[in-house]
Amino acid sequence: MKKVAALLALAAIMIAPSVSAQTLKSVKARGVLNCGANGTLAGFGLPDAQGNWTGLDVDICRAVAAAVLNDAKKVKFVPLTAKDRFTALQSGEVDLLVRNTTWTSSRDTSLGLNFTGVNYYDGQGFMVRKALKVNSALELNGASVCVQQGTTTELNLADYFRAHNMQLKTVTFATANEAVKAYDAGRCDSYTTDASGLYAERLRLANPNDHIILPEIISKEPLGPVVRHGDDQWFDIVKWTLFAMLDAEELGVNSKNVDSMLNSTNPEIKRLLGTEGNYGEQLGLTKDWVVRIVKQVGNYGESFDRNVGAGSPLKIDRGLNRLWTKGGIQYAPPIR
Amino acid sequence: MWTDKPAPARPARVAFYNDPRVRSFAYQFVLCAAVALVVYGAVSNAIDHLHRAHIASGFGFWDQTAGFDISQTLISYSSQASTYGRAFWVGLLNTLLVASLGIVFATVLGFVIGISRLSKNWLLSKVAGGYVETIRNLPLLLQLLFWYNAVLKALPDIRDSIVFDGSIFLNNRGLYLPKPITGAGFGWVEVAFLVGIVGAVAFGFWARKRQESTGRQAPVFLVSLALVIGLPLAVLALAGVPIHFEPPQAGRFNIRGGIEVLPEFAALLFGLSIYTAAFIAEVVRAGILAVSPGQVEAAYSLGLRPRPTLRLIVVPQAMRVIIPPLTNQYLNLTKNSSLAVAIGYPDLVQVFTGTVLNQTGQAVEVVAITMLVYLTISLLTSLAMNFYNRRMALVER
Repeated sequence: MKKVAALLALAAIMIAPSVSAQTLKSVKARGVLNCGANGTLAGFGLPDAQGNWTGLDVDICRAVAAAVLNDAKKVKFVPLTAKDRFTALQSGEVDLLVRNTTWTSSRDTSLGLNFTGVNYYDGQGFMVRKALKVNSALELNGASVCVQQGTTTELNLADYFRAHNMQLKTVTFATANEAVKAYDAGRCDSYTTDASGLYAERLRLANPNDHIILPEIISKEPLGPVVRHGDDQWFDIVKWTLFAMLDAEELGVNSKNVDSMLNSTNPEIKRLLGTEGNYGEQLGLTKDWVVRIVKQVGNYGESFDRNVGAGSPLKIDRGLNRLWTKGGIQYAPPIR
Repeated sequence: MWTDKPAPARPARVAFYNDPRVRSFAYQFVLCAAVALVVYGAVSNAIDHLHRAHIASGFGFWDQTAGFDISQTLISYSSQASTYGRAFWVGLLNTLLVASLGIVFATVLGFVIGISRLSKNWLLSKVAGGYVETIRNLPLLLQLLFWYNAVLKALPDIRDSIVFDGSIFLNNRGLYLPKPITGAGFGWVEVAFLVGIVGAVAFGFWARKRQESTGRQAPVFLVSLALVIGLPLAVLALAGVPIHFEPPQAGRFNIRGGIEVLPEFAALLFGLSIYTAAFIAEVVRAGILAVSPGQVEAAYSLGLRPRPTLRLIVVPQAMRVIIPPLTNQYLNLTKNSSLAVAIGYPDLVQVFTGTVLNQTGQAVEVVAITMLVYLTISLLTSLAMNFYNRRMALVER
């Protein structure tokens, strides 16, 4: 009898319908947003000693939670390795994946997933020991490189060395943690990952000042949030959450002045904050959805500063991630 | 008074649905049908959902260019020319390499420790006991990480390599040995080696026959050694030593040329062998204790010394008890080799279920192939061990 019951249970699991397309409804019913995050990358996703998650990616999750659940704290962060992240999203374990994930055509089309935008324009770089006296990635012929598995970096690395007729020895690890540790122990001449990651990981080395990051950026790595294919409403919400944070920065709305901005007469700000029009309701949320995001999380610039920019230990230059009005390429469609 | 006739002798007719044969057939049929239905439902459901979620499926990826690099390849492989299928074979061979070497080392070490634990020497038996209790009670992953970091930390940096004789380099990137390059005429040495093996086996048969009929013993070990090793060496000398060694050379970053033994490989092999040896030691101890002490006493009373007693009386009988659990340990070692992923050794799981899965995104196909491979390896191992077990079982009275 037990066997029959087990069989039936198995059958039920296998024949049950796939994850429902109604992500918004199920998040609201659950009261918590399940968000796939990095967990080991300073500046993007990392819990502190008290278990509070911080990071540029983490802020996207919090902003979505603020917009949908009216509480930026109602997020359950699921730390995922590069290898497991897509499976976790596909299977419905997380509602949203924001884990410094590069937007590529194959990921967008063949995994049953959709990228909603770019929250950080990144590119792959190399870190080496200063003692090697290497000033350019083009001098790395014959070098061994530690790399994390399950990322676009493995492919870029092989392509770059092939394109420049250089010999390469890769040592591949399952997690960034192991790869960095092996690099630090002298197993490899160089460690490669997205440049932002290099700055973050350098802080964790035994002697951060003994290492430099080479100037070459060998790839385009637009990092962005990912949702499941087939739920357009949820896709829109995540997409516009990022746009709202960018628009808020562009219009000068931040977490400190958002309350006074509610009285603004600027029509663009009025539409952004929902004092005019019903753009939030069109998304399936309420009119003041952006107010909640900005008040609880901040605009894109605040988030950048706090997590990876001047206000953080990483001190990464904003570079490409400046607003389009300030020489960067971060450009959000308007809310109207 | 009784007018009825007694009941007929043949069994009463039962309805077909009460016939035990029909029933047992029906139950089995229903069970098989149910299993088939569940499998069919699961597979078609998976395909349907993959399709609906726009997740690519099928095995078309097998012939696509892999584009990534692998640190240890036993067959030729390059990132730009090789396919995902080739990467699969590279990973599989790496798994088989570490598993087969691990089985050999773990068996030798396990037998030594298992027998030591039964030794009358107090120190030896306590050391063996301490080894078993420590090693088998710590998680394998932890041990692998320990060995890997021990290897990396203990060995010098590449620029301070330990160099033997200008041709052997040892550092935290690996061990570099001269690579033998064979010239014309080396084929005869290989032929001589094969002839030596056949000759040694034949001599063993002959010596055994003679001992059974006349009681005279022959130096089987020495003659076999001469045939297997001496004969090829003699041919090698006759052919004018058609072999030279290509020593590894220090390059700008790494050592180039020669044979490279990766620290990941060494750590994995070491960790797996030491871990599994602890279990094999217990299996061996149990097997030896299962042999009745009367056997040993009988051997001693016939005048056999302890060493021949162990070799000729105890071990052959213990093997019958040892082999089935030993098979389990071999299977465990093979499956445990997939923990390689944690320390960067490119085994099947790391290469195929890791990088290939991620680049193609075809989890269902890749994981199914990997499971099939491990199942096949395990079934072949147990097939071989069962065959060996039957041969050992025939020896008993």
